Amino acid sequence: MVLPRGPRAAFPRCPRRCSSPAMAFTFAAFCYMLALLLTAALIFFAIWHIIAFDELKTDYKNPIDQCNTLNPLVLPEYLIHAFFCVMFLCAAEWLTLGLNMPLLAYHIWRYMSRPVMSGPGLYDPTTIMNADILAYCQKEGWCKLAFYLLAFFYYLYGMIYVLVSS
Amino acid sequence: MSAPAGSSHPGAGRILPKLGGVAAAGVAAPAGPGPATYQQNGPAQNQMQVPSGYGFHPQNYIAPSGHYPKGPGKMTSLSLDSQHDDYYSGLYTVPTQNVVTTSTVNQQPGAQQMYGRVPPPASHNMGSAPESFQGAASSASHLHTSASQPYSSFVNHYNSPAMYSSVASQGFPSTCAHYAMSTISNAAQASVSYPSLPAGDPYGQMFTSQNASTVRPIKDHSFSGQNTAISHPSPLPPPPSQHHHQQQSLSGYNTLSWSAPGLLSTQDNPVQNHTGSLVTASNNPTNTGMQFGEYVNNQASSAPTPLSSTSDDEEEEEEDEEAGVDSSSTTSSASPMPNSYDALEGGSYPDMLSSSASSPAPDPVPEPDPAPAPAPAPAPVPAAPQPAKVAKPFGYGYPALQPGYQNATPPLNSGVQPHNPAYSGFQQYAQQYPGMNQLSSSLGGLSLQSSPQPESLRPVNLTQERNILPMTPVWAPVPNLNLDLRKLNCSPDSFRCTLTSIPQTQALLNKAKLPLGLLLHPFRDLTQLPVITSNTIVRCRSCRTYINPFVSFIDQRRWKCNLCYRVNDVPEEFMYNPLTRSYGEPHKRPEVQNSTVEFIASSDYMLRPPQPAVYLFVLDVSYNAVEAGYLTILCQSLLENLDKLPGDSRTRIGFMTFDSTIHFYNLQEGLSQPQMLIVSDIDEVFLPTPDSLLVNLYESKELIKDLLNALPNMFIHTRETHSALGPALQAAFKLMSPTGGRVSVFQTQLPSLGAGLLQSREDPNQRSSTKVIQHLGPATDFYKKLALDCSGQQTAVDLFLLSSQYSDLASLACMSKYSAGCIYYYPSFHYTHNPSQAEKLQKDLKRYLTRKIGFEAVMRIRCTKGLSMHTFHGNFFVRSTDLLSLANINPDAGFAVQLSIEESLTDTSLVCFQTALLYTSSKGERRIRVHTLCLPVVSSLADVYAGVDVQAAICLLANMAVDRSVSSSLSDARDALVNAVVDSLSAYGSTVSNLQHSALIAPNSLKLFPLYVLALLKQKAFRTGTSTRLDDRVYAMCQIKSQPLVHLMKMIHPNLYRIDRLTDEGAIHVNDRVVPQPPLQKLSAEKLTREGAFLMDCGSVFYIWIGKCCDNNFIEDVLGYPNFVSIPQKMTHLPELDTLSSERARSFITWLRDSRPLSPILHVVKDESPAKTEFFQHLIEDRTEAAFSYYEFLLHVQQQICK
Repeated sequence: MVLPRGPRAAFPRCPRRCSSPAMAFTFAAFCYMLALLLTAALIFFAIWHIIAFDELKTDYKNPIDQCNTLNPLVLPEYLIHAFFCVMFLCAAEWLTLGLNMPLLAYHIWRYMSRPVMSGPGLYDPTTIMNADILAYCQKEGWCKLAFYLLAFFYYLYGMIYVLVSS
Repeated sequence: MSAPAGSSHPGAGRILPKLGGVAAAGVAAPAGPGPATYQQNGPAQNQMQVPSGYGFHPQNYIAPSGHYPKGPGKMTSLSLDSQHDDYYSGLYTVPTQNVVTTSTVNQQPGAQQMYGRVPPPASHNMGSAPESFQGAASSASHLHTSASQPYSSFVNHYNSPAMYSSVASQGFPSTCAHYAMSTISNAAQASVSYPSLPAGDPYGQMFTSQNASTVRPIKDHSFSGQNTAISHPSPLPPPPSQHHHQQQSLSGYNTLSWSAPGLLSTQDNPVQNHTGSLVTASNNPTNTGMQFGEYVNNQASSAPTPLSSTSDDEEEEEEDEEAGVDSSSTTSSASPMPNSYDALEGGSYPDMLSSSASSPAPDPVPEPDPAPAPAPAPAPVPAAPQPAKVAKPFGYGYPALQPGYQNATPPLNSGVQPHNPAYSGFQQYAQQYPGMNQLSSSLGGLSLQSSPQPESLRPVNLTQERNILPMTPVWAPVPNLNLDLRKLNCSPDSFRCTLTSIPQTQALLNKAKLPLGLLLHPFRDLTQLPVITSNTIVRCRSCRTYINPFVSFIDQRRWKCNLCYRVNDVPEEFMYNPLTRSYGEPHKRPEVQNSTVEFIASSDYMLRPPQPAVYLFVLDVSYNAVEAGYLTILCQSLLENLDKLPGDSRTRIGFMTFDSTIHFYNLQEGLSQPQMLIVSDIDEVFLPTPDSLLVNLYESKELIKDLLNALPNMFIHTRETHSALGPALQAAFKLMSPTGGRVSVFQTQLPSLGAGLLQSREDPNQRSSTKVIQHLGPATDFYKKLALDCSGQQTAVDLFLLSSQYSDLASLACMSKYSAGCIYYYPSFHYTHNPSQAEKLQKDLKRYLTRKIGFEAVMRIRCTKGLSMHTFHGNFFVRSTDLLSLANINPDAGFAVQLSIEESLTDTSLVCFQTALLYTSSKGERRIRVHTLCLPVVSSLADVYAGVDVQAAICLLANMAVDRSVSSSLSDARDALVNAVVDSLSAYGSTVSNLQHSALIAPNSLKLFPLYVLALLKQKAFRTGTSTRLDDRVYAMCQIKSQPLVHLMKMIHPNLYRIDRLTDEGAIHVNDRVVPQPPLQKLSAEKLTREGAFLMDCGSVFYIWIGKCCDNNFIEDVLGYPNFVSIPQKMTHLPELDTLSSERARSFITWLRDSRPLSPILHVVKDESPAKTEFFQHLIEDRTEAAFSYYEFLLHVQQQICK
């Protein structure tokens, strides 16, 4: 699935370079393309979080329901991010990996320090309404959104750079 | 109007009360136009007074002695007139004259004489008593102002009471102006007699006089009491007056306190009364302000009474109040007064005394003045000659009042109506709160002691103050400086704020380094509660706030919400007042007269038909449980109280037992005997029969009784040691989910089977560790999830944990915490080996089974725009930012809320908080209980410090510390507690106090802060280094989270009394019993003498410590043993001996016991018995091997500050 899509998505963006004979499709370029797509997904995750916490703050949703919808999304997000971190590792893209390490470490820490829960997820309906935690989660959402957006363009640049330079 | 008012607000601090008063008058005048002559007259008078007052103030300061003679009569008449006139319209001319006189009076500082004279002149002038009343009050206030600041504060208090009394009179349903007047006159006369009256009597009278006629006397008393100090003299020659004042101070106090309560009661209920009295006592400065405000209100209310001009009137009233406040503040700020005043003040109001007395006292006064200065200077102030006046912190509060006042004024008016309730409230009040009486009675004695705290800002050098703890138990109930200005305000017993003056901005709050939050006891047992049945419950259309005493009526048809400022229409139905049966007075409706009301809700407030009361008992019957023998006690209690279970004819009840299997009991009507159904599949629990497990209590009563009789013996030979608590709870949830209700779980060990099984996590070797205390949080979220499910089905789970070993309460407690249940813990329970625990269980069960209960409840807390709820503490589930879901609510549940200031409050002078508790009563009625609290906003740090409610702050801190210990670590929480002291004291030292930095200085309002924090650090929940079992610690934390403030404070800082020399001095009368009131001792071994016997009240436990050389007479008379040696090691009862000392001791202990929901157990501890360590660990001022003594702690704090 992913493989064919990556190149196709990338090609329209830079038709000229694609046609250039100097360009080669490397594993690194593939990683960037994959990351590009997955980051787009992560951006949606982040937006979803922000909206969800805003709804909590404005009393539109019951915290139990909200936590039930949010908790299943936490691990996938973390795993996606970890996944392309591993990909970058394999591709030896050290700079990109370095840029992602803080977030990866944060994710690990965050999940390690989650409240006692039997299911997956981070959010505890009994504490989520605490103003501090709510504000923290919202801030976290915005920060992640900003990070993913920047990362998205960085990957785009990185992909093109790899494609062109190789 | 508005302009002057506004100006006054800002300037209030410096301008002082007088200015404020003037401003108010000015305001009133403009507003007045509509009302016609009355109002105009009123304002005019006011204005007159104000100017004179201003001028006088300076004079007063200079020559306090001179003023008395001239002023009083006229002064009183003036103030009275103005108020009364407004109200009654008739007396206008008088007021104006009065005003003039007042001015003269003011010039002549002889406040006492003034007082004395005042009453007579008032009566003369007015002819009508009410006028005289007001006049007296006003005169008193004026006098006060004239007097030195401290005095003024006193005076204010007096005045305020007087006002109250007058209000009360008005409040009487039947009371007319004439009535009031008559009463007043009586009062004046009565006042003379007062001095002779015993302190206790006034109370009794107060109580008894419910009817208008009776009431009047009461009011008179209060009035007279206040006056007495002042007015008494009037009838008599001036000279005696002073002496009277002092002597009377006691009586006066009583009366005063009463009067204040009365006001409160009238408005709110008995509770409020309490608060009112408390407030007055405790918060001197604030009180004065408040009183003034009330005063004003009264006047205003009378004036506005009706008509189109109501809005104007209200505004005027508000202004008046403010003015009054300002004046009070000014007076307070004024220079020191004569001793006599101080004595009087001190005698009369404990708090007042302390504050007022202190102010005169001397040292402290100067500083406070500056603080008050910040208060906005009212425009009128120009006169404000007394810079010193500023001293009163309260002044600032006043300006803020205006908005509130509008609302408040109506309440005042309403106050008249409410009076009836108030009266009843008083009576109840009196009975319930003997403490008040005690206070008043004891106050006289206290005055000396209290004198140290002139004002809440008086700096106290903590390291040099040896006896930081007040001697009177009084302060315990009245510690908070809570009320700003209103008798209307909610009782502090139900609703308290850690800062009684709300800082304007978050930045200011951050600077003060004090926690801001509310402490709620929303469902507590009230003896007097206005219940309102109406088709439409009037609420704000945008924020859904319930109409309350602090809204403002713009005109007859519209009111302005005090939380969101939206203008709403007054519904047609609201125009009719069912109390007075009059039309067109929406501001006199009970909703607007009482800050605590209960509505009967319509079907709009139901998601489903009100549920019946449903009780399910889930009982552990494993070997452990049978061995402990709790079943006998439980079944016995249930049998005794089966008929008293709250509920109606639909009440349902069910039983489940469990060990390694789950047993259900089919109690279906028609069976010959209970049927036991055993479900052994604990992995997938199911209900054996769907509908006959919860049965109607009345239809199946015989079967239930059979079961209860059989139950204790059914499992006597069990060998089953496992406990499948989790599956049993799941079954209970299934059983309850169709209806909701209450599940009472009795557990005796660690759950060891099925879902929710737990492992022992406690390492006994770590019990006394000073390092990391682990496992304060739950080990599994099973119980939390279950609780959330239960909460969603309106089921609360109450946990009774009766275990001798570690049972992981931290995990088990979750089932109650999040389902709004309650937790009881009986460590090492055994029915024979530990009789005291057995007895405690028995008594707790009695209370538990019979206390009030509300089902399917939600509680919403609203506050003025700009403030927001930050964190909630208590047992509940937070469903949205301001909504708590409470499956059950019980009268013993307390809550705490942390607040944050999101937007600057600069455009408002008052903030309000409203809690609305919607619940289904056990009778199947949907009800809403609404509490509204109103507080002033201040802009200066000094004012913030002046308004600190130490006890509330400590309780909030304790709640925060519990959260911190669970989320972070215990040592973090301890550090945070110490830092709270260090930060707040250093912030105070660096910003407000300009004394030398070498000393540890705290404002008077915070002087107990370090002591309480130290007590917290030595509390079971937070102590380290002392062996504490994990469950004990966790239980203490649970209690901190869920106990209401009054009980929590006893847990944190026990009260110690010496009981071997009880006397009737200062005793109070409760239900025909004489209850002695021994002074509080500080919690230090240095207070224990071998010759004495001491009682320590720790909330849930009483200890009586008998010294080795204790008088044999005492031992024989009270304990029933011939000498010390023959006293047994374990003694949990005092024998009923027919001796005076035994009677006194028992009545004192009974009285203490009656004041709390959970009956404490009594331990008699001999000096040399091993049990004495239990006793000694509560002596928190002493050094222990692992913790600081109080003095060391202070040094530690000082060191930290200097860093």
